[in-house]
Amino acid sequence: MSNQMQLKFLSRSENEVFARNVVAAFALPLNPTLSELSDVKTAVSEAVTNCIVHAYAGGEGWIVLDCETQGRTLHITVSDSGRGIEDVDRALTPFYTSVPGEERSGMGFTIMQTFMTEFSVRSEAGKGTKVDMRKCFGAEAEADAR
Amino acid sequence: MQIQSCRRGDALYIYLSGELDEHSASQIRRAADEAIDAQAGVSRAVFDLAGVRFMDSTGIGFLMGRYRRLKKYGIAMYLENPDRNADKILTLSGIYALTPKQQGKV
Repeated sequence: MSNQMQLKFLSRSENEVFARNVVAAFALPLNPTLSELSDVKTAVSEAVTNCIVHAYAGGEGWIVLDCETQGRTLHITVSDSGRGIEDVDRALTPFYTSVPGEERSGMGFTIMQTFMTEFSVRSEAGKGTKVDMRKCFGAEAEADAR
Repeated sequence: MQIQSCRRGDALYIYLSGELDEHSASQIRRAADEAIDAQAGVSRAVFDLAGVRFMDSTGIGFLMGRYRRLKKYGIAMYLENPDRNADKILTLSGIYALTPKQQGKV
């Protein structure tokens, strides 16, 4: 059984909690563990925060969140039409931040990569960024059982 | 997001509760810094995370910012009672090398 949803919201920081809770609610029928659900919420929060802090840099723009389930896999994309990332490889480097004066940890992409089963990012300077993530629920339990 | 602080002996305790993200971190940053500035004579500051139900990398940035402020005063910083998910992020970030986790009473 496959299910889909799309959510479009403004790049305001109060929408961070809204976005991650919507995805968590959408994922519930897939019976994630609390730990898996928390991983997904954190990864979504990181992606949405990047849109707000970096893509639109405090200005207002649209963030589009797409979710699709396939079996026990949740596929999430987070897209913006903001400034884009000039050097994606550098942005993916742990602890790298483009705004060193602002108390940013530079861990956002590292957390998305670590907490999700699959992760990729596409970006074009001046056009926007799209983050693709997949989480296979039950994968850790299966790995533990082996 | 709520923040409360109190002094116990030579330590400043800062209790955080709620969801620590980019939105809430900006709301409690000043209160945390005021608590630190007001108790600049202590030798230790302990951030108790027992009430933190959610934390993303913005939480790491927030804690690092307070670590730097405390360091200027020569005050050591500790973290206690993170839940499993906060602990996962804190461990991944390597922040425990600077702000060790201490065993706290819940």
